[in-house]
Amino acid sequence: MRAVQERNLKTFFIDVIRWNLQGSYGFRIFRVILLIFMGLGVYAYSFQARYGLEVTGMNDIVSWGFYISNFTFLVGVAAAAVMLILPAYVFHDPDFHRVVIIGEGVAVGALIMCLTFILVDLGGPLQAWHLIPVIGIFNFPSSILAWDVLVLNGYLLLNALVPAYILYSHYRGRKADERKYRPFVFLSIFWAFSIHMVTAFLYQGLPARPFWNNPLLGPRFLASAFAAGPALITLVLAVIHSSTSYKIDRSVFNKLRLIIVISAIINLIMLFSEIFKEFYFPTHHSSSAVYLFFGMDGHTSLVPWIWTSVCVNLLATLVLAFNPGKNNPKVLLPACLFLFVAIWMEKGIGLIVPGLIPSPLGEVVDYLPTWVELFVTLGIFALGITVVTWLIRAALIIEQSYNPNAS
Amino acid sequence: MKSDNSSDKNGCSCTIGTAGSDRRSFLKGLSIAAAAGSAALATGCVPSVEAAAPEKMKLRWQEFFKDNYRLMTQEEKEATIARLERLAKLQDNLDIQMSSEPPIERVLYGYAFNISRCEGFMECVSACVRENNLDRKTNTQYIRIFEMEPGKLDPSTGDGRYYHKVPVENKFYMGTQCFHCENAPCTKACPIKATWMEPDGIVVVDYDWCIGCRYCQAACPYYGRRFNWGKPEIPKDEITTRQHYLGNRIRPKGKMEKCTFCIQRTRVGRLPACVEACPTGSRVFGNLLDPESEIRFVLKHKKVFRMKEELGTEPKFWYFID
Repeated sequence: MRAVQERNLKTFFIDVIRWNLQGSYGFRIFRVILLIFMGLGVYAYSFQARYGLEVTGMNDIVSWGFYISNFTFLVGVAAAAVMLILPAYVFHDPDFHRVVIIGEGVAVGALIMCLTFILVDLGGPLQAWHLIPVIGIFNFPSSILAWDVLVLNGYLLLNALVPAYILYSHYRGRKADERKYRPFVFLSIFWAFSIHMVTAFLYQGLPARPFWNNPLLGPRFLASAFAAGPALITLVLAVIHSSTSYKIDRSVFNKLRLIIVISAIINLIMLFSEIFKEFYFPTHHSSSAVYLFFGMDGHTSLVPWIWTSVCVNLLATLVLAFNPGKNNPKVLLPACLFLFVAIWMEKGIGLIVPGLIPSPLGEVVDYLPTWVELFVTLGIFALGITVVTWLIRAALIIEQSYNPNAS
Repeated sequence: MKSDNSSDKNGCSCTIGTAGSDRRSFLKGLSIAAAAGSAALATGCVPSVEAAAPEKMKLRWQEFFKDNYRLMTQEEKEATIARLERLAKLQDNLDIQMSSEPPIERVLYGYAFNISRCEGFMECVSACVRENNLDRKTNTQYIRIFEMEPGKLDPSTGDGRYYHKVPVENKFYMGTQCFHCENAPCTKACPIKATWMEPDGIVVVDYDWCIGCRYCQAACPYYGRRFNWGKPEIPKDEITTRQHYLGNRIRPKGKMEKCTFCIQRTRVGRLPACVEACPTGSRVFGNLLDPESEIRFVLKHKKVFRMKEELGTEPKFWYFID
């Protein structure tokens, strides 16, 4: 550990890199595996760069697929950090104060994945500079996609800079000045809601797609995000608790469980409301839902997918709500994992693909991602996990060894 | 009637505002630097046969840093067209003539389709494919013809993939394409103003400005847009060499495209290829602002309707019954 007077911004970055390159044998193997997956992703993307998006399963009817599905879901994961920030800073909950930095790390990783998914989905990634304000052109305020670019990048900045300031202050052996960063924390709370509402509006604002053009979409995005995101954070905290010396208090898990259960129940109520509307008196606006839940014209590829998702979602919610293991982590952690996966299935592919089927002229096709899409996606997940582990590792070391207020 | 007016009418210049000139000079600086860099590269090589490669490189660099078509001055438009023509020659040994023909004043194009006359021969489809240099590999088509059951008027109930002798007894045929909506959801959706409505009512795409996000395709309620999933393939002897920058020039991969009412033809007073090819005379095209035009006659004297009127998109494409 360096002496206090030797620590500056340069040593901060050097130390963060050093801590992340060192580590136990298992940790290094984990890093290498992530690198291999990222390499596979780059290799798969090289085909897309050479031949265009024709190497994906998308076509003129299903013009958005696996990439945009994952993007949509991960925006929710990023927004969910607010469920730690809100209690920590607004209600001054001391337990959450200790873990809020981990939530912010997860948010940064999720946002980097979101932006990468958008980038790999572009037909002309080299022209992406057309999106940069001032040197490009921004169709603002009319295009919701322009809004989305703004709010996602803004949220990334907020969630990266506030923790960076706090950690750097602690690294320098100083107390972070709460008056300086508090306004940004409050801004980030509103911003978290906005990133997910704006992403919902991206779909909700299209009268061409009745499946999406539904005022419940935005609120339902929030509810599912506040279930799936804290579920993931619970899993991350459990990993940290069991594999590092940074111990997480039991009460954090209990409070997170409460947040997850309430959000998951609201999400299920809204899902039920949507299903009721589509099937009580089906109109031609219900055809996407019919395709999704029952199949259409012999095309049924999403039917097992969505029913699996709905059943798993229901079971996991029940387990989390009734807590049969009496707070036994061996029951609750798998339930969190299953809930996370179920929401990923439903809010990713289960939302994006059927919105495009049948086409506005009534044509039904099936969509299956190709190996290129799968490997690029795996690569992006590996990138996200890498970012999250780098940030959290640095944060934990600073909080444990450098923070002047640490016990 | 210089084509700069296209940007004024669509309210583009106002949003760019004062930042526009900074941005423009910044872009110009970039492209000059790029050109200088590649020129230096070029002089380092032995001229003659290899000279084509650095030239190609230089042209591509300049193309990469060029502006949105609506913000280009007339000189810039001519410069990019010269570069594109030269690149077509260098890369594929093609002699193309590209135009930047501006809209004709006091013209607003409209289209009408006679559903009692069309017999589903699809001559329009093949004429469109040839005229607009559409990709043959994925069989891209701007026009779809649906075989309809009597009593239905929604193409989603019809058969868009029929392959048999036509016309079939007791069926009728309905064509769809881009309807060039006055209130177009696609242009509203585009995050970078790569697609817009021209003053003569044609909704166009700047293929080089498009980033290929496909939000416009999701926003279109009429399935009017097509994406270049790969590099378009067209047999060399079938390429239409009279092209328009906003029209039938061969699209790069990863860009959106669509029907442009054959902008390369209609702006010089010709009819769209589909109208000309139709053997039954079901297709009517003309100037909505001219009270003497055939399209105005149809709108005045026939029973007309538009598709998905309830969405408020105001298509400039009407169906009518004799």
